[in-house]
Amino acid sequence: MTELWEGLVTAVKLIISFDPEVMQIAGRSLAISASSSTIAALLCLPLGSVIHFHRFPGKRTLINITQTLFSLPTVAVGLFVFVLFSSAGPLGGFGILFSPAVMVIGQVVLITPLMLGLIISALSATDKAITDTAVSLGASGFQMAAVTLREARFGVLAGLIMGFGRAISEVGLSLMVGGNIRGFTRTITTAISLETSKGDLELALALGMILIFIALVINIGLNRIQQR
Amino acid sequence: MKKKTIIAILAGLLLLSLLASAAGCPAPKSDYPLHDPMVRFKIATTTSLYDTGLWYHLEPIFEELANVEMDIVYAGTGIALEYGRRGDVDAIIVHDRAREDVFIADGYGINRRNFAYNFFLIAGPESDPAGIAGSTATKAFQKLYNAGLNDPGAVKFVSRGDDSGTHAKEKLIWSQAGFDYEEVRNSGAWYVEAGKGMGPTLLMANEMQAYVMADISTFLAYNLKSDLDIVSIVEKDPIFLNVYAAIAINPATHPKAKIDIANQLINWLISDEVQDIISTYGEAEYGRSLFFPIAGCDMPGCPPVEDYTLPVPEYTGS
Repeated sequence: MTELWEGLVTAVKLIISFDPEVMQIAGRSLAISASSSTIAALLCLPLGSVIHFHRFPGKRTLINITQTLFSLPTVAVGLFVFVLFSSAGPLGGFGILFSPAVMVIGQVVLITPLMLGLIISALSATDKAITDTAVSLGASGFQMAAVTLREARFGVLAGLIMGFGRAISEVGLSLMVGGNIRGFTRTITTAISLETSKGDLELALALGMILIFIALVINIGLNRIQQR
Repeated sequence: MKKKTIIAILAGLLLLSLLASAAGCPAPKSDYPLHDPMVRFKIATTTSLYDTGLWYHLEPIFEELANVEMDIVYAGTGIALEYGRRGDVDAIIVHDRAREDVFIADGYGINRRNFAYNFFLIAGPESDPAGIAGSTATKAFQKLYNAGLNDPGAVKFVSRGDDSGTHAKEKLIWSQAGFDYEEVRNSGAWYVEAGKGMGPTLLMANEMQAYVMADISTFLAYNLKSDLDIVSIVEKDPIFLNVYAAIAINPATHPKAKIDIANQLINWLISDEVQDIISTYGEAEYGRSLFFPIAGCDMPGCPPVEDYTLPVPEYTGS
């Protein structure tokens, strides 16, 4: 119990004192996960609409596969991306292994199925009458998608938040492809894992609390937007 | 409204990432200078040198000296060698002579130099339920095996189990004690494979009140930081000698390896400057230095003098 309490005290101290190393790590976590969620969202919003509004053979299978990939293990994605971008691998020429760029790529791979699946679910849950009405009023495909996306905004937002949450909270992938390099690829989660292994539980707990705090702020912000 | 909302969120996230990277990247910190021009130089280092904080100490000095940004990946000897074979790093710091020789013979590494050494020890609960105090390393392992099989509740041994240099030494001691390692690791619940770095393995053994083989440096560092309940029981066996080596990745195999900086690092590690640092590193905190300068190594198993006195030559291609 004392450890938890001391962790909390340390966390508060580190946050209010703007400890440069902690701020740097938190900022890096945010930057990497926000980038990967933005890229994934830019992929998934159009792709999800296309899949939802079109009938094609294998659609059900595609959605099933997407949903199966919700449970992609982060270390499996990590291993896959590592082998791909390792110097000896097919994309080794980019030379970006152990860098933030490859962590973003890995996180995009990790969260795209989740965002895509949730966006499609949200779109499917909308009233069919809306699209029918839009079509009967002569809406173009794009307008129809826009109307339906608006109708499904709560579900779509939940999908985006889930994707961001998975990206900022994962550790296996970041550790494996980022290398947990101090001042370069160390994020909150990899720092927690390292500090725990070094026996520095207070700092690890403090970082954990900062992560939760960031998640809280982001969720409050998104909820505000959602309710407008 | 929907599209606007989504756009607002995306813009927000993007802004957030920009802000965060702006806030996150420069933040000049006195003990962590960022260099310009930014050449990134990657090494993989054995966990003991990292867990004891030695690299935290050396990193900024070398960055200043070579005007590079040094990326240090924390990896046991097994994985460090694998990164080296794949060409994902420019140099490796390891401690397993047998596998180092294979690595170099296979054409992956050049310019190996030894730069520090210390010793392993066996730590365990103060009550020493297996009664290994006063034994040699091999005798202690035999006792642990028998006691562990008899009473796995009281006697446990936590192994690194991660193909690290320490794990390799442990296997060597098992075989010298007359055991087949595969048999040992499958012999029962008393033998626990942690699959972690040196520090975490020590903490795990401490939680379980188990025996563990560790290098003295990491043991001392963790004992001070985490106040371990387990104590050092068997030390001072010649087989416990533990020699650290730096190896450059061979540019003939991996043309992108930054051989010039790797050579500079290796020559720096065997220089008087670093040897002096090593001879005193940790003295203030632990009452004794955590590692020994390699020149002091004068027992069987120590590397030949040229392995640490001869500067590595400039790379001219092969």
